[in-house]
Order: sequence, then structure tokens, then C-alpha cells
Amino acid sequence: MDIYRRRKIVNVFNLSVSVLTTLFGLFFLFWLLWVLFSKGLSHLNLDLFALDMPGPGSETGGLRNAIVGSLLLTGVGVAIGAPIGVLAGTYLAEFGRYAWVSTPVRFINDVLLSAPSIVIGVFVYEIMVVPMGNFSGWSGGVALAIIVIPVVVRTTEDMMRLVPDTLREAAAALGAPQWRVVVDVVLKASLSGIMTGILLAVARIAGETAPLLFTALNNQFFTLDMDQPMGNLPVTIFNFAMGPYDNWHDLAWAGSLLITLAVLTLNIMTRIFLRTKK
Amino acid sequence: MTEEESPVAVAATQGAPRTRAFGDLLFEGITRSAAVGVLLVLGAIVVMLYLGARPAFEKFGFWGFVTTAEWNPVTEMFGGLSPTVGTLVSSLIALVIGLPVSFGIAIFITEMAPPWLKQPVGTAIELLAAIPSIIYGMWGLFVFAPFFAEHIQPVLTDTLGELPGIGVLFQGPPLGISVFTAGIVLAIMIIPFIASVMRDVFETVPAELRESAFGIGCTTWEVVWHVILPLTKVGVMGGVMLGLGRALGETMAVTFVIGNAHELHWALFEPGNSIASTIANEFTEADGEVYTAALIALGLLLFIITFIILALAKLMLLRMSRQEGLRS
Repeated sequence: MDIYRRRKIVNVFNLSVSVLTTLFGLFFLFWLLWVLFSKGLSHLNLDLFALDMPGPGSETGGLRNAIVGSLLLTGVGVAIGAPIGVLAGTYLAEFGRYAWVSTPVRFINDVLLSAPSIVIGVFVYEIMVVPMGNFSGWSGGVALAIIVIPVVVRTTEDMMRLVPDTLREAAAALGAPQWRVVVDVVLKASLSGIMTGILLAVARIAGETAPLLFTALNNQFFTLDMDQPMGNLPVTIFNFAMGPYDNWHDLAWAGSLLITLAVLTLNIMTRIFLRTKK
Repeated sequence: MTEEESPVAVAATQGAPRTRAFGDLLFEGITRSAAVGVLLVLGAIVVMLYLGARPAFEKFGFWGFVTTAEWNPVTEMFGGLSPTVGTLVSSLIALVIGLPVSFGIAIFITEMAPPWLKQPVGTAIELLAAIPSIIYGMWGLFVFAPFFAEHIQPVLTDTLGELPGIGVLFQGPPLGISVFTAGIVLAIMIIPFIASVMRDVFETVPAELRESAFGIGCTTWEVVWHVILPLTKVGVMGGVMLGLGRALGETMAVTFVIGNAHELHWALFEPGNSIASTIANEFTEADGEVYTAALIALGLLLFIITFIILALAKLMLLRMSRQEGLRS
């Protein structure tokens, strides 16, 4: 066989494999989504939002307390994590762009971005659950906040850097001190981008299970008291999936579909937004 | 213009600011403490985990803990070997499957797909990363594991399992709940991370290099293999490390499908456990100081391993972007 034909065959073969691997990846996405819809959609009814979790053996029940708990925990996580993240990101992009401390902060931040979330759960257990003596919604919120921070720091810095330096110089030339430049010009120009980063962080923590396992724990009953263990969707899905009852499994699927829809919607929204931005 | 009004303008004309507005100092101070706070969080995690793990290290010694396989809450004998091996093996399986697939996807997106297809395919693959890990766990336990046990595992056992030497790896009960299943689920979870890094670094290769290679008659594959890959080696390695770091620390998906057995087997189709799954399963039930400490020690071990891997990933990607900066 001559070398030209051999090269062509190698080329066609390898490129075909590359197409197959892409189909392989897409196949799993559609498989996951199909399973979620086929198993979860039929249980997505009003009871799901109106009734609390069923106990063992109970036939009817929903996920009301878990949904409310998840919203509360996510809210607390973002409320604590986002301001810290935005401030730190502002420092990296504006005041300390070339400061010596910024290099390690960026480095550590990127590492924390992918740090195992279960370890963060253990950490918060040590600093909050042990001293307070019980599992609580607050500790769950703090654990989620630690996951929020790196995401927000990263997007805030990136978004602020997209603001052209000429804008900063124009404001400075008008006599504005640097903090006014940052607040009134840079922050204003990048606000929508920063909000997108925060939404991305919400999407990230909405389905986080591991850090909540031993911080917020779970709660079969409805509560708004953040000092108590708090029901939440991910841990409920985990417990119900591992449980022996069929209606628990059904609820777990419905909850999974709910989380996935929320997370994918947030992701697609932020993507569309970021694309128009660039 | 008075100088205290505009440090930036002063800096522009005189080299350095002489006085700074109070607002500037305050604002810089606040933002800097937030930034340093990020460093402190990391430090606090390491210190707290070490303090929590100390009773276990005192009792068993660090190396004793790492190299002992026994895990018995009744006799309070704890060794981290089995979960550590489970973590490494499942992540390795994930890499072996995920790396070629990600490479193929990155080639398809950067070199083959028509422009209108690039974005949708790229987004769809990235959405795989957005799906929460608990969903992978549900799917893995109720759908994939039974499917695997019925259709794939017998085939693997009958073919690869017959081979001398490595055949023993592909033995085990037909449960579908195993270290191998965990590895496959992890592979699907890390593919989007590796593929998107590869895509990004492939796209940094200047068009002139591609075009000149095509110009002397290279096929698309030869351009990828002999031009693009050598130029982006470091970045590709960074992406692989990032994927590995993700796989090592993944908790929920693994907990659902790995079987949670504190045993060491050569056979990959046997149930096993990983560090993360052990902590997830046993932490709330752990009674006694040593039991909890042993679990925290596992957490510290996991944190150190992933930190090293992720730091390497970051360093490689930094080197990649620096190369990029020099070329342009």
C-alpha cells in the first residue's frame, strides 16, 4: 500500500473516531435528560410543591419543605459568598492588579474552584457544627458560601477587566478618586457581567449535596429556623434514592428533574448573556 | 486640578501618588481583606482538618494510617488504604476512558465542525458539567449500573477477563455496582472539563501554522498530531490534571455506584469505596473520637492530593498562556 493512501486512511479513520467520541459525549447528555424526564415528569404535580416529605410508609407526600429549605440555603450561601467574592474580585482587577498578594490569591482561588466539596463540608462541620452543638441551616449556608466565593471572584475579575482602561482614565482625568472610578464607572459597566457570575454560582450550589450532608443535614419537617437542621433537595434525593420505598424513589426523580431544570436554565441563560457581552 | 482629588492623574504626571484620598485607602483596604480572606479560607481548611485528624494520626501514625487496609469501627482500627486506592483507581479508569474521548471531542469542535455547529456542540458538552453530581448518582444507580451489569460487564469478562495477567482485573459479581462503574460515571463527568480546556488551547494555535501545514499537504489528522498537539502539550496536560482533580474529589456520583465496601480487590468489578464516598456515608454515623478523626484524616488526605493535582494543572495552564503571550 502506498504511503499516500495509508495517510488518507489514517486521517479518515481518526477523524471518524473523533466524530464518534463527540456523539458518545452527546449521547450521555441526552440519555441523562431522557431518563430524568421519563421518570420525573409524571411526578411533577402540585402535591410536590404543596406537601411536605412523607415519612417511612406514608403514601402521599411532596417536597415542599425541601424546596423551601434549598431556596433558603442557596439564598444564605449567595448572600454571604457573593459580596466577599465581588470585593475580592474588585481588588484583583482594580486596586491590586499588580500587587504581590494578588498572584497567590488568584492561584489559590482557582484551586478552590475545583476543591472537593465534601472536604468543605467537613471543614464547616468542624468550625460551626461542633462549637454550636447541632446541625443547622446556617452552617449549610456557610458551606455553600465557601463554594460561591471562588466562582464569583473569578467572574468579577474577568468582567471588570473587560472594561476598557480608557474609561478608567477618562474618569480619573475628570478628577475622580480611584474608588469613585471603581464604583461609578467600572462596577457600573460590569454589573450585568458580575450578576451573571453570581447566577452561575447559584447554579453551581443548587445541586451541591456533599457539603450539606453534615452541615444542614436534612429535616423531614417544614422549618424556616436556620438554627435547626434544614430540609433540602439534594440530601433528600440522596436519602430517598437509598431508601426502600417506591414513592420515595419517585419523589427523588421528581426532585432531580426539578434541580436539573433549574440548573440548566440558569446555565443556558448565563451563556446566552455572556455571548452577547463578548 | 488639586492633587488629592486624583491620584491616578497625579500618578500619570509625576510617577507616584503623593497623597491618596481617604475613600481610596478605605476601599482598597476592604477589598484587599476580602482577597486575603480567600487565602485565609484555604489556610483555615488545612489547619482545621489537621486538628480534627490529629487523634487518628497520633494513634496510627501518618504512614501507618495511609498503608493500613483494616477499617473496623468496633475495634477502632482505622486505615485509609482501601479508600485511597479506590479513589485513585476509579479516577484512573475515568482518565483512561475520558482522555481519548475528550481529545476526540476537542478535535471535532476545533478542526472539523462547520462554524454553525461549533457553538451548539461545545455548549451541549459543557452542559454535562453543569448537571449536579447527585443526578449522575441517581442515573448511575438506577439506570446505568443495571444496564452495565447486563450488557457490558459480561462482554468484558468474557473477552478481557480471559486474558492472562490482566484478566483478573475484569472479574467480579454481576452487580453493576463496582469501582469500574464509578470510573465510567466519573469519566462522563470529567469529559466536559478536559474537552473544553483542550478546545481552548487548540484554538490558541495561530491560523498561519495550521495553514502552512495544510499548504505542504498535511492531512487534518497530521496537522492535529504533528503541529497542534506538540504546541499545546502543556495546556493539554493542564486540562487532564484538572479533570483528574475533579474526579478525585467527586463525591455523590461515586457514593451511589461504587458499592461502599471496605475491601481491597484486584477485580475492578467488585464493590469498593473512595475517600469521598466513605466520608459521605459514615461521617454522621461515626461515634467516638478516633472514628471521626479517621474520617477527617481521610478528608485531609483527599484535600492534599487534589490540591497538588489542581496546583499542577494551574501551573501548566499558566505556562501555556505565558507561551501564548510570547508568541503573539
